Amino acid sequence: MKHVLGNKKAITLFVLPALILYTAIVMLPVIWSLYYSLYSGSPGLKWEFSGLKNYQTLFKDKNFRDALVVNLKYIAFVMMGQVGLGLALALLFRFWLVRFKNIVRTLVFFPVVLPTVAVGQLFAKIYEIQPNYGLLNSLLDNIGLSQFVQPWIGQASTALASLIVMDIWVAMGFYAVIFYGALLDIPSDIIEAARIDGCSAWSMFTRVLSPLLRPVTITSLVFSFTGTVKMFESALALTKGGPGNATKSLSMYMYNVSFSYSKVGYGSVIAVFIFLLCVFGSRIIHKFDKQI
Amino acid sequence: MNNKPIIKKTIIRLIILLLVIIETYPLVWMLTASLKKPAEFVEKPAYALNAGFYWQNYIDAWTRGNMALFFKNSLINTLIALVFIVIFAVTVGFALTKMQWKLREFVSRYFALGIMVPVATALIPLFQIYNKLNLINTRTSLVLAYIAFGLSLSIYLITSYLRSLPDEILEAAVIDGCGIYKLMWHVVVPLMKNGIVTVLVLQFFFKWNDLLFSMTFINDTALKTVQTGLLYFQDEFGSKNWGAIFASVSMSVMPMLLLYTVLNKTVIEGMTAGAVKG
Repeated sequence: MKHVLGNKKAITLFVLPALILYTAIVMLPVIWSLYYSLYSGSPGLKWEFSGLKNYQTLFKDKNFRDALVVNLKYIAFVMMGQVGLGLALALLFRFWLVRFKNIVRTLVFFPVVLPTVAVGQLFAKIYEIQPNYGLLNSLLDNIGLSQFVQPWIGQASTALASLIVMDIWVAMGFYAVIFYGALLDIPSDIIEAARIDGCSAWSMFTRVLSPLLRPVTITSLVFSFTGTVKMFESALALTKGGPGNATKSLSMYMYNVSFSYSKVGYGSVIAVFIFLLCVFGSRIIHKFDKQI
Repeated sequence: MNNKPIIKKTIIRLIILLLVIIETYPLVWMLTASLKKPAEFVEKPAYALNAGFYWQNYIDAWTRGNMALFFKNSLINTLIALVFIVIFAVTVGFALTKMQWKLREFVSRYFALGIMVPVATALIPLFQIYNKLNLINTRTSLVLAYIAFGLSLSIYLITSYLRSLPDEILEAAVIDGCGIYKLMWHVVVPLMKNGIVTVLVLQFFFKWNDLLFSMTFINDTALKTVQTGLLYFQDEFGSKNWGAIFASVSMSVMPMLLLYTVLNKTVIEGMTAGAVKG
């Protein structure tokens, strides 16, 4: 047994190619970003060691702060929407939907499989006002709510909200399926017993279900968090970060700084910041798992 | 008093119906809009159904909009990357769970680190590395990035499947005189079918969806993928050509739609595995 499973040659052959590729393309660049962040300019062009100066600039940079605020708002609302509505849907499926369970689940999961850019293009047309009314505006117009007809993604006040709605629409079904699976794992005798004891729907949820759903809630929150920290594709596809900076995220700002303005050193600081936000944010969410 | 539960039930049913409509109607609308004549967009409200089947939109998107080319590129990149991801995930996963060597724990943690790395963080140095190696504007740059960034999660998923594979099966095969390579090919791979399908489904969606890498490393139209192509479609066709835009978006969605209609249970399981096990 040992001579087969301890075969050094085979282990090297199995692990080494993937290890090299992974190191060169994933881990090395991450460390490299740290190193870059200590320089100003871009390699080959005014490339000078500047120590922690980039980090100091970062906190005075108004564009960065704006991007951070946009990104944090997006994270908060999308997380709440995706996980909250996902849970609500799962509860509906589990307790009130008797027939058509599979077909409803399949239909609600549908948007999850769509490419982000396609969804962005689709919603750009839904929200459109010029040259023709898009789906939303024409429906509003038709049901007599024409005072609400507006350039949803063309004005700063509604652009971020429109983007958030789109991303909740996309992923709601995903979390619904995850919560539904977890609800099915809860033995029905527990629920029956609580019912016989006269448990109301609300206390059933707060006292019986939510403690049992805690682990899956935590994983869902972490998953949604790490997805939303990266905010890029959907915003790019729907609004290109605009109007102005209304939907410009950290990643988009990083992208502009390093590729459009060629400030590679400064862009790397933002890249490092995104990484740290991702790591510490998920740590904090995981902390809630251990409490109580 | 007796009416109350019935009213409640009806309300809840209506809510569920409404949710299903909200989740699916935009897609239906897109498909109908992709078959409208240009004039219909101006003369009729956006929610109106298509008057006929105006396939010219699809022909425009496929030829003039370069969708044929973008599809080919996406398909090639995705398929090559998937083959390598699966090979690496199975071999590395096996070495990390069932084989005996010293650095096993360390390497296992090292690969797991990558699950947390946002693509944006690695993007700038990766661009510089590719630039030095003259890999910008090549298919290789994309495929390498796709494989490397697909490894962590895939290995993680495969190891969680492998852990539940009983050692007795491997032992029996070894006693029967199976070498390590035969063991992999004839015993492990067939038993890991579910795990492999999960990885394939999940990574197919991830790679087909990629925008960040392809817009950063590729600006040659001949090598653009569906996602980057779509993003700049509007600029090429003008924002007034709704029909062609809808047709191209519908087309980009087709592979997903087909896969999902045929294998919806597998797809749901595959897509959610990343969150449930991760």
